[in-house]
Amino acid sequence: MAEWITLAEAVAAHVRDGDTVAMEGFTHLIPFAAGHEVIRQRRRNLSLVRMTPDLIYDQMIGAGCAARLTFSWGGNPGVGSLHRFRDAVENGWPGPLEIEERSHSDLANAYVAGAANLPFAVLRGYAGSDFARVNARIRSVTCPFTGEVLAATPAVRPDVTVIHAQKADWKGNVLLWGILGVQKEAVLSARRVMVTVEERVRSLDAPPNACILPNWVVSALCEVPRGATPSYAHGYYERDNVFYRAWDEISRDRDRFTAWVREHILQTQDFAEYLRLQDASHVQAVHP
Amino acid sequence: MSTYTADEMMTVAAARMLHNGAVCFVGIGLPSTAANLARLTHAPDTVLVYESGPIGAKPPVLPLSIGDSNLAETADTVVSTPEIFRYWLQGGRMDVGFLGAAQLDRFANINTTVIGPYEKPKVRLPGAGGAPEISSSAKEVLIIVKQSKRNFVEKVDFVTSVGFLTGGDAREKLGLPGKGPVAVITDLCVLRPDPVSRELKVASMHPGVDRETIVASTGWPVQFFEDCGHSEVPTADELQVLRDLKARTAAAHGVQGDAA
Repeated sequence: MAEWITLAEAVAAHVRDGDTVAMEGFTHLIPFAAGHEVIRQRRRNLSLVRMTPDLIYDQMIGAGCAARLTFSWGGNPGVGSLHRFRDAVENGWPGPLEIEERSHSDLANAYVAGAANLPFAVLRGYAGSDFARVNARIRSVTCPFTGEVLAATPAVRPDVTVIHAQKADWKGNVLLWGILGVQKEAVLSARRVMVTVEERVRSLDAPPNACILPNWVVSALCEVPRGATPSYAHGYYERDNVFYRAWDEISRDRDRFTAWVREHILQTQDFAEYLRLQDASHVQAVHP
Repeated sequence: MSTYTADEMMTVAAARMLHNGAVCFVGIGLPSTAANLARLTHAPDTVLVYESGPIGAKPPVLPLSIGDSNLAETADTVVSTPEIFRYWLQGGRMDVGFLGAAQLDRFANINTTVIGPYEKPKVRLPGAGGAPEISSSAKEVLIIVKQSKRNFVEKVDFVTSVGFLTGGDAREKLGLPGKGPVAVITDLCVLRPDPVSRELKVASMHPGVDRETIVASTGWPVQFFEDCGHSEVPTADELQVLRDLKARTAAAHGVQGDAA
């Protein structure tokens, strides 16, 4: 049953060194506040899973939290490269990063398999590509009815899944809307679930069929306003495209990145303090 | 007639390939620009589908990321990512898959994974995204990409998304549902697969581009179809709509929307 606690308490309780961690959100509702707290608490040797590593995993990889990454598209959306991810893969900095590369369709199916408590996913995928050559976990299965050969890949079963949502009620039932990505499947495939939300409300007032995660599938809930920044929360705030572009510069250089992480994450108390710093630097950028 | 850039010619030529009413699975960047230009000109009933889940998106400005809020807000419906890939793409409902490429070879195989060997890449590219299954499951595929000797290669370093593999009937033997790439639109020309060898050959050169330039910008000894002529120049209307779209996008995002 979900309990309302602080983000620091939730990460301390639910994200452990060596865990397989999925922090999902497809461009929308990326749980940045939680990612920062994982860096702040200096978690190590995590096996990270995420369809689009985005800036959140670029930061965690560069900060040394990750030993392994399962992903399907590793770019800075609309901007270009993820430099910390590239530096880890190309040069092993700050440490070696083992990668398991899949396609979006595969990873989405693999979360569905995890949520359905099945050992593997089946899809019509990868035919003719080189993926199976570099990832021994991409295999095939023959349909017992038609004889068609289909791709078979292992289910994703995170130790902990972390998502950000718009609202939860005081009992801890979670509501999200807009671009939903794979969050529901990522939650249902995990052993433990942490959810950060924009706001805690008396009642969700949601229509039938809305995407609601009942409180009994959630382990911990944290109220973290703007917790998805610099991604966006539909109905609350827009994507911070200025920051996504600025990240290209910040992350390109190891020293500059390290200084940024120290100043903005390691030396801040929490995400609220990070946001105050961030807002101040945006004001500076506009009025130098 | 106003003047236009090679990039504008490429986008216009790509937009023209989409017929009105087509259901199109759209990649971010150049494909999204061309598909939206089609929607705003000759193909108002085109259904744009993005892998983040929006079906029937009608964004007022170009999305900067594949999951921008304006895609969800203007869509007929928004479904989850597993659903978009399972029911709508694999389910066989996409007429056209519209893709970009980092590296492309003579049999229209796409590489967006690595330059150099996989284990020790010279350049680590973003990877697959939705493209491998789009290229196999969409009924046909359009590829839009800037052309140079560096990225139009004899053989890609890594097959991320399959075109015609080694040519001939190699793709047919894989038994894929979709028929594969039908056109590659570049800033110089339009290439189409040879009906037998499946090798990409130049089908039409953009105005002002000569054969020597195309040969010099292709990493294999590129051939020309016998009836290869010139693409039609962009109309004033096409250019106006494209420039307005880019201006609106720049005003909204501070950039033009197809940088990556």
